[in-house]
Amino acid sequence: MSQAPTERTPSGTFWRYALLTVVALIFCFPLVFMLVSSLKPDLQLLTDTGSIRAFLPVGDISLDNYAAAFKRAPVALFIFNSVLVTSVTVLLSLFVCSMGAFAFVFLNWTGRNVIFAMIVATLIVPFETIAIPMLLIVNNLPWIGTDGFTVGWLNSYHVQIVPFIADGLTIFLFVQYFKDLPRELIEAARIEGASWFQVYYKVIMPLSGPVLATAAILKFLAMYNQYLWPLMVTQAEQYRPVMVGLQYFFQLNRAWGEIMAYLSMITVPVLIFYLLLQRAFIASIASTGVKG
Amino acid sequence: MDAKNSTSKLSTSTWAGWLMAAPAFVLISLFVVIPFFFAFGLSFTNQRLISPNPTEYVGMSNFKQLLGVGVLTLEPVVDAATKTPVLDAEGKPTYPTLRSITRNNPKFPQYAGMRDLFSFFWGENQIVVLAQDTLFIKALFNTFIFVILVAPIQGALALCLALMINQKLPGINIFRTIYFMPVVVSIVVVALLWRFIYDGNNGLLNTLLGFLSFGLFEPVDWLGQPSTALGSIIAMSIWQAVGFHMVIWLSGLQTIPATLYEAADIEGASSWQKFSYITWPGLRNTAVLVLIVITMQAFSLFAQVDVMTSGGPVDSTQTVVYQAVQRGYVKQDIAGGSTISVILFLIVLSISLIQRYLTREKN
Repeated sequence: MSQAPTERTPSGTFWRYALLTVVALIFCFPLVFMLVSSLKPDLQLLTDTGSIRAFLPVGDISLDNYAAAFKRAPVALFIFNSVLVTSVTVLLSLFVCSMGAFAFVFLNWTGRNVIFAMIVATLIVPFETIAIPMLLIVNNLPWIGTDGFTVGWLNSYHVQIVPFIADGLTIFLFVQYFKDLPRELIEAARIEGASWFQVYYKVIMPLSGPVLATAAILKFLAMYNQYLWPLMVTQAEQYRPVMVGLQYFFQLNRAWGEIMAYLSMITVPVLIFYLLLQRAFIASIASTGVKG
Repeated sequence: MDAKNSTSKLSTSTWAGWLMAAPAFVLISLFVVIPFFFAFGLSFTNQRLISPNPTEYVGMSNFKQLLGVGVLTLEPVVDAATKTPVLDAEGKPTYPTLRSITRNNPKFPQYAGMRDLFSFFWGENQIVVLAQDTLFIKALFNTFIFVILVAPIQGALALCLALMINQKLPGINIFRTIYFMPVVVSIVVVALLWRFIYDGNNGLLNTLLGFLSFGLFEPVDWLGQPSTALGSIIAMSIWQAVGFHMVIWLSGLQTIPATLYEAADIEGASSWQKFSYITWPGLRNTAVLVLIVITMQAFSLFAQVDVMTSGGPVDSTQTVVYQAVQRGYVKQDIAGGSTISVILFLIVLSISLIQRYLTREKN
């Protein structure tokens, strides 16, 4: 990058870092507060907010809140539900959307342009505007599962998964990436007698690491952090994901230490995942910016 | 799609194309396109999630019910005999009660059932703005305030952060990583944490302001007062999402050729000149994108309100999506919720069209 000034004084550098650090503190402090508070008893937690002690692991520090959170709510179940719903949706989404994008970029077929235009048009429909009619639709959809044939998808895993497998943005990301791949590879594979599915699976997919990572990260964040939809479709505790499971801690007597412990448990894994893969995370957001 | 020309060399395979695109096509049709048109259809009915009565076509009445507003000018009450205004105990003119006009008054059928939203004085007359559904109009108003404040502030702060991060300094990536961190945290978690920051008794913000003002600052219940609740949600929402748009600005900054800055350095341009003649013009397309994305996200305001204030105090944080969920889900009034969804979509669509028009390339 290019904007480095040609000359720089030591004090100028100091102030640059000072500003960067102050801003960094603003972005850190609620999360530090969360982690530190999860270790404190309720009474201390609430008095500590009156001083800098709010951000320091001092006083009566223990993991009691974590143990209490597990006792109060089926935390493990909520985490399991979230991991299941998120991972299944991400995997199916990568498959369905990349295969669709393959058909749009590499194949010539009747109806292609119309359907692609329709999918691009869905990009301007915010989910919030279709959530209510979708509630009515899923309430009347049939399903064949372990209970045999049933009507109505509410309170299930599939109601949280199936509607989010295909989306315009993911397809669009794959289309953008596939356009830049060399077509000779595909022609060579076709001449050798590979079927279209084999070309997709054995030639294109192995070349698609970066876009698969981008699409997976975006889908992961959207699904894991989802709130509105699971709130509406999972009245039964059995299928609730972590964000909706949070409601458990607001019933009856509120224990803030336990809430902080629960928030830490559902947030820290994502933060670690982010810190390990931060380049890929940031690249994935940046790549949504090329669509303009 | 520009892929068209190059694919003409490839063998046309309609069955393979349909087969491979079918899963995505079917799912998007079923879960985006159909609900979208369904919302329009339902908004003209009285559909409920579960109802013993058959669904009926009700025309535009849902829209009229939600958006009906009226302006009423009330003249001072004049004594019929003396032709002088009737004064109250404090010597001020009196006005007819609203109820006499909005309840069963055959002379004013257009105001039937309306309630007052706000009123002000114009000379001797009192002007009253009425609405059929005052709650929804307030929600609409709050949502617009939220968007109008969040879009420019968040966009500008994100650009400042991007410019800061775009410096060549050792360890700058650590700061980029930290600034982006809130984006990966759920807004639900963030909203709960910020309840401690905004708490009225011993909240972290009150503590900080008290410390900075040497104890002079009077603690404020940030989320408990109508005057500060929406502003508090705005500040928190910006904190959570600003890193997202910082990254989009950064990717825009990186498309500006370095040679332009080198040439400007040789010419002795100041930092501000470099920004206004090179950086800002180079970010044109990014600016449009950032603005549209923030606007679309801001109109969807829901989780923060649900977690922090439930629309209160005194409806000061009611929003359009919160109302859609309250009606469509909590009250199971699918038609009412769908009507709100349609109104929201039409607003988002027209605003992004206006933004695109205003920021179009002029050549």
